[in-house]
Amino acid sequence: MARVRRRGRVVSAVLAAALGASLAGCSSTGGLRAEQERAAKAAGGKAAVNTPRWTFAMVTHSGDGDTFWDIVQNGAQQAAVKDNIKFVYGHDKEAQRQSQLVQSYIDQKVDGLIVSLAKPNAMKDVVAKAEKAGIPVITVNSGAEESKAFGALSHIGQDETVAGEAVGEELNKRGRKKALCILHEQGNVGHEQRCDGAEKTFKGDLQKLYVEGTNMPDVQSSIESKLQSDSSIDAVVTLGAPFAPTAVKAKEQAGSKAEIDTFDLNAQVATGLKDGTLGFAVDQQPYLQGYEAVDLLWLYKYNSDVLGGGKPVLTGPQVITKKDAAALEDYTKRGTR
Amino acid sequence: MSHTDAAPLGPAGPPVKSNGDERLLHRSLGRRLMGRPELGSVVGAAAVFVFFSIVAEPFLRASSLSTVLYASSTIGIMAVPVALLMIGGEFDLSAGVMVVSSALISSMFSYQMTANTWVGVGVSLLVTLAIGAFNGLLLTRTKLPSFIITLGTFFMLTGLNLGFTKLISGTVSTKTIADMEGFESARTLFASHLTLGSVDIQVTILWWIVLVAVATWILLRTRVGNWIFAVGGNADAARAVGVPVAKTKIGLYMGVAFAAWVSGQHLLFSYDAIQSGDGVGNEFLYIIAAAVGGCLMTGGFGSAIGAAVGAFIFGMASKGIVYAQWNPDWYKFFLGAMLLLATLLNAWVRKRAEEKA
Repeated sequence: MARVRRRGRVVSAVLAAALGASLAGCSSTGGLRAEQERAAKAAGGKAAVNTPRWTFAMVTHSGDGDTFWDIVQNGAQQAAVKDNIKFVYGHDKEAQRQSQLVQSYIDQKVDGLIVSLAKPNAMKDVVAKAEKAGIPVITVNSGAEESKAFGALSHIGQDETVAGEAVGEELNKRGRKKALCILHEQGNVGHEQRCDGAEKTFKGDLQKLYVEGTNMPDVQSSIESKLQSDSSIDAVVTLGAPFAPTAVKAKEQAGSKAEIDTFDLNAQVATGLKDGTLGFAVDQQPYLQGYEAVDLLWLYKYNSDVLGGGKPVLTGPQVITKKDAAALEDYTKRGTR
Repeated sequence: MSHTDAAPLGPAGPPVKSNGDERLLHRSLGRRLMGRPELGSVVGAAAVFVFFSIVAEPFLRASSLSTVLYASSTIGIMAVPVALLMIGGEFDLSAGVMVVSSALISSMFSYQMTANTWVGVGVSLLVTLAIGAFNGLLLTRTKLPSFIITLGTFFMLTGLNLGFTKLISGTVSTKTIADMEGFESARTLFASHLTLGSVDIQVTILWWIVLVAVATWILLRTRVGNWIFAVGGNADAARAVGVPVAKTKIGLYMGVAFAAWVSGQHLLFSYDAIQSGDGVGNEFLYIIAAAVGGCLMTGGFGSAIGAAVGAFIFGMASKGIVYAQWNPDWYKFFLGAMLLLATLLNAWVRKRAEEKA
């Protein structure tokens, strides 16, 4: 009994110590307080129209905890608020389970569907089923080629090859000779297209490097070793924003002079562009993909409008450099860029 | 330096035993070396090292070696307690995700409370140790296999990481805490690097060496070490002679949690924003490192130094492939083949050693 009581006392002492330390050890810089001060001017969302409350579902091939798709979702949600839409979201990186999700939304008789076609063949049947059930479909992000053939209204996204080409041209403009393209997911078609696009327009030599995207120290040491083994590399292009700051660390460790550039944007990348540790970022504006998809579905339901005339509506590439970074910093922090 | 002779308990007790046994008196140094669990992996490591020294010209540079050591240390820090746990006869599939949980806890606590980052680091230590204790307690109370228990923890932590991060920060990665008080000093402890001549030594390498030394001392020189071998060799026999089996296993899981905390803080202070989906799959790297280093999958046999050598083999293989500039399409294949070869060589050397001894 005495032992139990003592253990209880130890636990409460530890808890008290932790609480006390957290009260005493406040940080006068950064943290939530700083963010709340910044966000004081935030606007509340209200529907701008009085159309019926339709339900739109979005089903993507995103894995758990993907920064990019989080921003797409933010865009979709904001458009949904404005258009008086009930927005539901499902995702699965396995094509088969993704198509099952779409089927379950068809069963629920939603009023509109937004799907990504990362693995088009697996989605073909289920998209056809949606058409048959009278549910309009808009494709986003991937599947620009298949979208029309499958019977979708429009496709909203970036052509990965075109985005890659933009990188190659920007590298030429900056006088780079030898570039490294960092793929953080082996076997991802979009990643290959980006690097291939860059290779097509880049006048210098471009090499690919595969890294383990879920293991940051591995990403760093792999880039580090590549830079050490070839000191003539003068540009490193990462395919996702979280990998750019890691590439910067790798470059410093390896003592390389290479410029670090990246696809996509986040708060760290915006800061990096501003202070010059990063050269440029190519953004496909994921917020726009979510926002436009919901808005175009609403326009179709309300007014039978269709955008793009069967051609994909491109949301990128937008090349962002130091001069744009300051303006974008706040937007990245609130998760819309 | 107390010696409790645990030799009769397990099929393979610690090879360095008390001096009272006459059968061991005439063993030469060479013979004793042959009986060490890490011998095979040392030979494997030498083979991998020589191989990459030949095929990859930049591999032998001092700067390259420090990169390889860094890559090895990030796996090695976790491989040490995972090896101890394997010697104790258990697995931990939640180890990879626990590293990320630990980083997330400390980052989000500091951020949300606007607290000094050290407070977050402290809270994270407590919570991470609690997760380890949870694994151990559940295992010893329910008697379910560790595979099931820690698989459950693995999924729960994966979900909690994502769920809490989205709930609290509204996005899937944490906000940067680099501008907060205490960040610089914490970075010095967990993610700094010192320059020795032309070589850059990452602080994780030091953490790794210290952990290996401590674990080796525990295994070979303390009573707890004997307990670990005993519970892994034969838990029932160990219990019969008074070894606290449950306590030992809970302690081993808390050891894994402690190392996960160290690795997690390294992640946090090295990259200052943490992706909530990271870490999945890394648990296998730790187990591979321990297994390549001579820890038996069935428990009762192995060493911390072996696990360190295993991590080093993994670091050399994964970076050597980059230095050798091989076609990246085959990267994973090379990595797998390399690890398989190292393990086979390891097993072959050990078998020969056992025959001779």
